[in-house]
Amino acid sequence: MADVTLRKVIKRYDEVEAVRGIDLDIADHEFVVLVGPSGCGKSTTLRMIAGLEDITDGDIMIGGDVVNDVPPKDRDIAMVFQNYALYPHMTVAENMSFGLRLKHYPKAEITSRVTEAARMLDITDLIDRKPKQLSGGQRQRVAMGRAIVRNPKVFLFDEPLSNLDAKLRVQMRIEIKKVHQKVRTTTVYVTHDQVEAMTLADRVVVMNHGRIEQIGTPNELYHHPATRFVAGFIGSPAMNFVPARLEEVGGKLHIRLTDRIGFPLPESRAARYQNVARNEKLLLGLRPEHITEANAHLEPGVETFDTVLDVTEPMGMETLIYFTLEGAQICGRVNPNAGARDGGPLRLAVDLNNMHLLNEVTGVVL
Amino acid sequence: MTNTAVIDKAAPTRNVRYGSMSRDRTWALRWSYFFLTLFAIFSLVPPLYMLITSFKTSNEISAATNPWWIFHPTLSNYVELLTSNQYIRFFLNSAMVSVFVVTITMLISVPAAFALARMRFWGSATLATGVFLTYLIPDTLLFLPLFKMFVVFSDWTGIQLINRWYVLLIVYPTLTVPFCTWIMIGYFASIPKELDEAAIIDGASWFQTLTRIFIPVAMPGLIAATIFAFTVSWAQFLYPLVFTTSTDQLVLPVGIITSLIKGDVFNWGQIMTGALLGAAPPLIIYAFLMDYYIAGLTAGATKG
Repeated sequence: MADVTLRKVIKRYDEVEAVRGIDLDIADHEFVVLVGPSGCGKSTTLRMIAGLEDITDGDIMIGGDVVNDVPPKDRDIAMVFQNYALYPHMTVAENMSFGLRLKHYPKAEITSRVTEAARMLDITDLIDRKPKQLSGGQRQRVAMGRAIVRNPKVFLFDEPLSNLDAKLRVQMRIEIKKVHQKVRTTTVYVTHDQVEAMTLADRVVVMNHGRIEQIGTPNELYHHPATRFVAGFIGSPAMNFVPARLEEVGGKLHIRLTDRIGFPLPESRAARYQNVARNEKLLLGLRPEHITEANAHLEPGVETFDTVLDVTEPMGMETLIYFTLEGAQICGRVNPNAGARDGGPLRLAVDLNNMHLLNEVTGVVL
Repeated sequence: MTNTAVIDKAAPTRNVRYGSMSRDRTWALRWSYFFLTLFAIFSLVPPLYMLITSFKTSNEISAATNPWWIFHPTLSNYVELLTSNQYIRFFLNSAMVSVFVVTITMLISVPAAFALARMRFWGSATLATGVFLTYLIPDTLLFLPLFKMFVVFSDWTGIQLINRWYVLLIVYPTLTVPFCTWIMIGYFASIPKELDEAAIIDGASWFQTLTRIFIPVAMPGLIAATIFAFTVSWAQFLYPLVFTTSTDQLVLPVGIITSLIKGDVFNWGQIMTGALLGAAPPLIIYAFLMDYYIAGLTAGATKG
């Protein structure tokens, strides 16, 4: 087991720069998820850690040793691929033991490791089957088993769940978390699914256009995003953004959305935004759960306004509502009994204690 | 859902037979059986004629009777050929040449295909196309320059290759290696890239990836290539005719022609018997490996 360090890592394919100088420290035992839209460089980064791609510039260290020019087999890593990449002509047991057999481990050792991993992953009954006789979820378990038996310094996962159906994905997600709790191997996990990233990670690395946008625990990213990209990418349904500006009304700081709608800022926030220029183009960021139906009793910092809904989506435990404000489509989450209906009017409450204010031009959260 | 169901019920009943899938399929089947039968007759009549002739005496063959019927069946053609040292020699030469050629071809084309399909190196794509282009040159164009090469070689080194059966081990691979490499490139290319990446991370070298992952996974393609190489070297006529002349160096197709045609006397009974017996080994190999062969060909066809 070991820590992984990336120092100013760059990957260039001819003209295209896929990864543009990444600095990342992954501690021993840590579960780090690289997340971002397709083409953001997350898979390339993982493949560079694995040694499947050369790095153009920078340093990659595993367990303190620079591994820039070390071939994959000598990096002591194990990788789980999106399409499982099981050897089709070998049984489950042979698949799992292939790496150990290449390294001429004693037979007894191989058997005990395979048995142990199979027991951990609940695939003991499948040990003599060929991959084509297995379901997608079972194949994924075998692929993980193949990684576990090697007992490597680092596990690398490349979108391992994206070939599974939604229900199985949730199940395997829990399975992966359980395995990590047992073996505690340092793990780097790549996904484009922010839910997977949030649920699995000790720390999430959000990537975009070959750069790291933000690194943090799932909660940090959710509650304190650094940029508009992170704010919009993490969370489902996504955060709402409404054009806004600050103004002073009677010595108190207000945020104005439209001519009709403007709210006084709560005390805690007003101090933070005091120095923002009054004429600056801003965006108000609000998560859907902070736009709800108005109650008779209002908490401090919660303001109300009336609107007409475009569409409602009943989800059972809640109803998602959509309406338009200043040309932007806004999503809110209301109680199913709040009386929301398509095209109907509704009095809504916004919780400004959880608001974010962004610079519209730079996308930086203020 | 319910809406469309209601509309369907209200619509007038359609003539279900008209243009239905099963009806189209029935006709397609009839036509395909018709042409398959035609083709089967077309291709099976000559061997059948050979079989009939092989059971006749020379007198009966030249007699003006119904050629499709045997009036005095005899096994003498078979007995004579199978007890003739010369025929056994031809057969052994053929077998030896074919086995060696298949081995040499596989030893060259499988690693070559692996390198061209997987190890991206400068010019690998051009080289892969080049390999296929060499196959397009007709072999009838090549035997003269090849012959000349062997003559020059013997002038320089004193090693005589012409009129030795093993010269064919050098000549035949020029036909088999390009095509087999091409088949194997297509087959290897259809194996997902993650499979060799997984093997490399598991600690396998390129050679181990080839022998322990690629060859077993690509076995159908490998067998298809083997059958092809065997068929080419077993049935080759022009090259052995040119490069070998002494009776003890001849392979079966040339041997039958040179030893059983004396001047203008054609020993038809033995020629037919010899050719039939000669066709047996490829036939037996095909019968056992047919399923693999088809799987290999189709895989190459879609992923080449």
